[in-house]
Amino acid sequence: MTPLPSLVRAPIDPMEIVRAVSNPGNGAVLLFLGAVRQVNDGRDVTGIDYAAYEGMAQRELEAIVSEASSRFGTSDVAVQHRLGELGVEEVSVAIAVGHAHRDAAYAVSRFVIEELKRRVPIWKREHYTDGTREWVDPTGRASAGAPS
Amino acid sequence: MTVTLLLFASYAEALGATTLDMELPRESTVGDLLTAIRSRPGADRLPPTPLVAVNERYANLDSVVREGDEVALIPPVAGG
Repeated sequence: MTPLPSLVRAPIDPMEIVRAVSNPGNGAVLLFLGAVRQVNDGRDVTGIDYAAYEGMAQRELEAIVSEASSRFGTSDVAVQHRLGELGVEEVSVAIAVGHAHRDAAYAVSRFVIEELKRRVPIWKREHYTDGTREWVDPTGRASAGAPS
Repeated sequence: MTVTLLLFASYAEALGATTLDMELPRESTVGDLLTAIRSRPGADRLPPTPLVAVNERYANLDSVVREGDEVALIPPVAGG
């Protein structure tokens, strides 16, 4: 598999990441795209800027891909997350999985997005129609120690 | 000893900085570092025990920090 950068500032090319997991043994190729939604928690969103602790985010994304590969038995897993300013409908994250069978491909894709949301140090600041901007806290709380 | 502290997103806004050089006694822990931050203006906007990474890995309150370590306070993550 051709390795792709895991953090990018230019728009994500979905077909590029699909090609990265292409393999003659794969009967299933799955692409997940996360996009910027216009309404979040009842507020109108005009865009989002994404920031990251880049070194650690890359390390965690690589670790997640490696865990997914060993857990589900495929090395054809790729993930890209975009940083910087994005408008509504733009793709913020792409996950491509190739596997011999679809059940495992769906499981891998789900594993990668859930782990990404749980532990990769990326933050988003939503821009609202009234001109204000706020960092999103999906938990509403913070806890001690590493995520478990 | 000096330890570099990285701040991101809402925590950087709270403390008005993205990096701070922290002077700490040797054998200090992550918990000691968090105590030292409390005296900084804006630190009241941090949660009582924020997530912390040492050299790009999640760490616990009792993790020891060493001279030259890169310590980061990690706000609640919101990727995806």
